[in-house]
Amino acid sequence: MSYISKPKIDHGGLRKNKLGLTIQDYEGGMSTLCAGCGHDSITAAICQAFFELDIPPHRVAKLSGIGCSSKTPAYFLGQSHGFNSVHGRMPSVATGTSAANRQINVIGVSGDGDSLSIGLGQFAHAMRRNINMTYLIENNGVYGLTKGQFSASADIGSKLKKGELNEQPPIDPVQMALSQGATFVARGFSGDKKQLVPLLKAAIKHNGFGLIDILSPCVTFNDHEDSTKSYAHTREFFHPAVHLDYIPPAKEIKTAYDQGEAMPIEMHDGSRVVLRKLDKGYNFENRGQALDYVRAKHRDGEIVTGLLYIDESEPDMHTINATSDTPLSELEFKRLCPGSSALKEIQKRFI
Amino acid sequence: MSVKKKSRVNDFVIRIANVNGTGSASANTLLMKSIFRMGIPVTGKNFFPSNIQGLPTWYEIRVTKDSYLARSGEVDIMVAMNAETYQKDLDEVSPGGVLIYDSSWPRDTFDHRSDIQILGVPLARMCNEHFSNARARILMKNISYVGALAALLEIDLEIIKSLLTETFASKANLIDSNMEAIKLGYDFARENFSCPLETRTKKMNKTKGHIMIDGNTAAGLGCVYAGATVGAWYPITPSTSLMDAFKFFSEKLRRNNETGERDYIMIQAEDELAAIGMVLGANWNGARSFTSTSGPGISLMSEFLGLAYYAELPAVLFDVQRVGPSTGMPTRTQQCDILSAAYASHGDTKHIILFPSNPKECFEMAKEAFDLADLFQTPVFVLTDLDIGMNDWMSEELTWDDKYTPNKGKVLNASQLEKIEKFYRYLDSDGDGVTYRTYPGIHPKGAYFVRGSGHNKFGGYTEDSAEYQEVLDRLVKKFETASNKVPKPEITKCKKKTKSAIISLGSCDYAVLEAMDELSEKGIHFDYLRLKAFPFSKEVVSFIHEYESLFIVEQNRDAQLKSLLVIETDYPKKCMHSVLNYSGLPISSGSIVNEIEKIIDKGQAA
Repeated sequence: MSYISKPKIDHGGLRKNKLGLTIQDYEGGMSTLCAGCGHDSITAAICQAFFELDIPPHRVAKLSGIGCSSKTPAYFLGQSHGFNSVHGRMPSVATGTSAANRQINVIGVSGDGDSLSIGLGQFAHAMRRNINMTYLIENNGVYGLTKGQFSASADIGSKLKKGELNEQPPIDPVQMALSQGATFVARGFSGDKKQLVPLLKAAIKHNGFGLIDILSPCVTFNDHEDSTKSYAHTREFFHPAVHLDYIPPAKEIKTAYDQGEAMPIEMHDGSRVVLRKLDKGYNFENRGQALDYVRAKHRDGEIVTGLLYIDESEPDMHTINATSDTPLSELEFKRLCPGSSALKEIQKRFI
Repeated sequence: MSVKKKSRVNDFVIRIANVNGTGSASANTLLMKSIFRMGIPVTGKNFFPSNIQGLPTWYEIRVTKDSYLARSGEVDIMVAMNAETYQKDLDEVSPGGVLIYDSSWPRDTFDHRSDIQILGVPLARMCNEHFSNARARILMKNISYVGALAALLEIDLEIIKSLLTETFASKANLIDSNMEAIKLGYDFARENFSCPLETRTKKMNKTKGHIMIDGNTAAGLGCVYAGATVGAWYPITPSTSLMDAFKFFSEKLRRNNETGERDYIMIQAEDELAAIGMVLGANWNGARSFTSTSGPGISLMSEFLGLAYYAELPAVLFDVQRVGPSTGMPTRTQQCDILSAAYASHGDTKHIILFPSNPKECFEMAKEAFDLADLFQTPVFVLTDLDIGMNDWMSEELTWDDKYTPNKGKVLNASQLEKIEKFYRYLDSDGDGVTYRTYPGIHPKGAYFVRGSGHNKFGGYTEDSAEYQEVLDRLVKKFETASNKVPKPEITKCKKKTKSAIISLGSCDYAVLEAMDELSEKGIHFDYLRLKAFPFSKEVVSFIHEYESLFIVEQNRDAQLKSLLVIETDYPKKCMHSVLNYSGLPISSGSIVNEIEKIIDKGQAA
């Protein structure tokens, strides 16, 4: 994961956000991933989403585990604190981060190996606790850094470059999240930034665990003809079921939506997302039906994408705990320490 | 076994053999606290099964006018309530001792113990006749033996009554029924035996300024006082009650009465790997965060501990040690994680460890552990054990210095960052091996990347040998700096000049002190150093080199503390003698005396 800092050249005329920052202020070091890697497109989308949301880069904590995907936090938000943890354990470090500082924006980047094999337990439990964070799985069906073994998201019938056939069913994080009660479940594609950026914005603004499974083809080990995670295959079977508009706070909803076909949702900070059905058969208001739909389409070989389920009303970890609004890490010691006279009182029970 | 001549008043051991899940714990606590309130030093040890109901359990109360708070190794009074272990219990009574048993059912085979006094009390029969409720009959049987003991040992009934009144403040009917049960045993003993026994209690005034507390409670309270706000753990015996205590006191002291807001969060993790990950995440963000666990948990946390060591993240871990290897005996005590804590994780790693020897030190070392973790930006273990953690110890009252403020070490704030040109996370600008850190979210200039992969002093990724080694060498320097900041050892010099010293740690302390007194009566003299921390400070190193031989007392099979001394000092290995106890029961003074005498008899040491 060598780090080459990107030269910051001000060409002038770059668009500035409300903080007076340009997109360059949201970039990180040079990527050392393979040329054409899907992950780099996701990195660019992340930069754009935070830029457009006017979030100061240093108010973001970016975390990852181990793997190609987990290298990417070095390539975005160079002014953010980063944490490259151990394999499959990013969710716990993110949980601790959020526990200590409930006001920081937490984004975790993981991969299919990191989240669906070694880290399946932590992934599930972070979702269960509804940690207020954005959780990305850069999903390519393959272990890149160890040179091309199948991952747990590989489809039955998918072939490795050298011809080995996968016969085990995949673990689909979207189906898992839907069935487990996750409060924000989305799927995107690294090759569709137009869809991905609003998904990222909505996930960042979601008050709880915002999962986006992002298909992100591995150009080196899994982009061949017999792969179901290649660019060509993903493009062909890509099935957007829901269109998403993200509308910042205080902006009017200008687009006209058909009754019953659209669902506006008020987010925690007053922004809104509007979900619009692209497929009449999809019901984003019902978790069970959403799951049935995704499952049925998967059987047909189609990859359902979009913001597939959202519930803003479920409490996150801190709401359940009734944690103080001031981040725990910022509480003054005198508020935390009961002092000597309280200690005398406490000890009466021990006599 | 060494035979001690002693006065039987306020100097004896009661062992109660029972079946777990029958309410014996409350009866035993009642008995012990009554003696404590009579002003007599006392200590309790619970030998319990890893089970909820139906297996053998023992409780040992040592009444000790001289404040010897370890086990003596003797059993002066046995209350044999468990038919299943009865034969063994009978055999373990020390010569001249007393056996009390439930005579509701006849028991034979007393013949071979003509050297002890045997007293039958029909506890079950009396309780069955007196109480109608089936559960009450079982529970009250235990309370009744407290009554019989009260008569036999001359324990103040008024004290027993006031303890019951406090315990059942909200359930008045329970006070009455418990007192009835006490009276059943008490009256029977008075009518049938000559009370009191030669072995008995007598009021003293030696418990003033003292409390009865277990180490886990003290440590949990210590974390509240140290300003910890994030506790993450996975339940494991014998550490669970530490987190329970943190929660209990936090709910009492850290919750806003009006809004219900909590100034803390406790997360029950999905496993120990997640628990330590959460602790690291929280500490990275500047909250004081800790976990409590036991040996198996340390094994699971090891990968993360290497990251914390290398990426330099504070963390506090309470390891309440239990018997290993593997699942071992979860409800028995040992000091078997010394080496695994010192060097936890793959690669070259070393960790700071504190060794409290009693509940009071658990309380005090909580804050020391957080300070050291923040000062040196590294994991700090507090290595206690089941004996300290779960048993009730007589302890001096806990005190708190209101002038204390947490030492968060080298942390740059926003205005400091504003002034510097560029921040480099691992640059040793002070030459003490400790570098500056920043919290996320404070300032754009403070950003850096925490990584377990090779990094250089600027915080950048590296695969360059020299850059990698430079950081690794600095970590050694940091550890040396830490050795001057960890708690100093406690040194006890005997009155005579001696060339031998005892080295020990943790819960061995009281047993060692008592053994030293016994040995000195026999003309064998030792100085004594009790370790309070790893890395070893220069005081430790200079002390050991003053002696020709060292007797290292510890509670594990493989002499782990001795190994640590061999690795970390150049004291000759052949002059170190091990005194080991790995039975799972707390070490007794008697066993230390015996082992040391054996080593001396063999001529292995002066």
